[in-house]
Amino acid sequence: MDEQTSRDFFEYLLRLGDDRLILGHRVSEWCGHGPILEEDIALSNIALDLLGQANLLLQLAGQVEGQGRDQDALAYFREATQFRNAILCETPNGDFGDTIVRQFLYSVYALLVLDQLQRCRHEALAGIAAKAYKEARYHVRHSGEWLIKLGDGTEESHRRVQAALDKAWSYTGELFVGDDIERRLAAQGLAVDPASVREGWLAQVKDVVAIATLTLPADGYMQRGGRTGRHTEHLGHLLAEMQIVARSFPGASW
Amino acid sequence: MTSPTIATAPKGGETQWPLWEVFTQEEAGAPHQHAGSVHAADAELALQNARDVYARRNEAISIWVVPSVTIIASTPEDVGPFFDPANDKAYRHPQFFKTPRGVRVF
Repeated sequence: MDEQTSRDFFEYLLRLGDDRLILGHRVSEWCGHGPILEEDIALSNIALDLLGQANLLLQLAGQVEGQGRDQDALAYFREATQFRNAILCETPNGDFGDTIVRQFLYSVYALLVLDQLQRCRHEALAGIAAKAYKEARYHVRHSGEWLIKLGDGTEESHRRVQAALDKAWSYTGELFVGDDIERRLAAQGLAVDPASVREGWLAQVKDVVAIATLTLPADGYMQRGGRTGRHTEHLGHLLAEMQIVARSFPGASW
Repeated sequence: MTSPTIATAPKGGETQWPLWEVFTQEEAGAPHQHAGSVHAADAELALQNARDVYARRNEAISIWVVPSVTIIASTPEDVGPFFDPANDKAYRHPQFFKTPRGVRVF
């Protein structure tokens, strides 16, 4: 890998890894607060899947960077402006409907990206993608099932999950904005240009939204900035909690 | 937050979702065995919950979920006549056979 490619690839791995680290942390906040025991376990499982993926991706990122940073250094000792996750991943949990909508919209996107990434030219990344793909399939199935349940459920659940969908929609545009980094890497078979999965994503989301008797929101103003380190205030609060132990006891191991 | 009420939730002040019995198969050819139970709003979610609770660590390659209400069970009162082992009927117990060497005895 030449120097430019290696810099691009590090950046790309951060985007993949940070999405999962931050979303995984958010979902883990449900642990002990789920609406029912079984769903508490299901959400904790999804959180663990995402954190496991983040662990592997950030570990690889550290190796590519070659500055001696491991996944813990990248997770616990970067500031908000150095995180590359899409803003959707850091949005607060809200109610159960908000969490389900966020999970569904992201998981469908992740599934399509991972599907292509399994066949990328970088062996280690392809391996991580293949493992993550299986997990993402379940995340889509579980969150999709709930979206249908809530949308096609009672008047209240329909109203609340529709509001959640409307609220989350402006965060979806950012997922599909590729930049030069992704395009340069995609040309070498090292990345997936996110723009290429937008159509497939929309088709799948439309299908499930229709079954759920919900209305697909219109594309309006789309939030963006996460991929270049411009985040909402929510990320700062999340990091404060996520990083405090590691920062209070630097170098500690157990 | 409170439990979401959904169309399939039981009526009459019930706040719990229906109960499902979970049967898991450990390997091809093995019988499905009772693993436990889960609450779920419908069959698909029962299957997903069963997978999350009882099949996370490769314990299963197949899962059945059955609505608990559909299970017809014997009652404790049945213990006498229903399960009377008929130990006095020696011919019901295959204990008069010599097992050849090489045959696994269970």
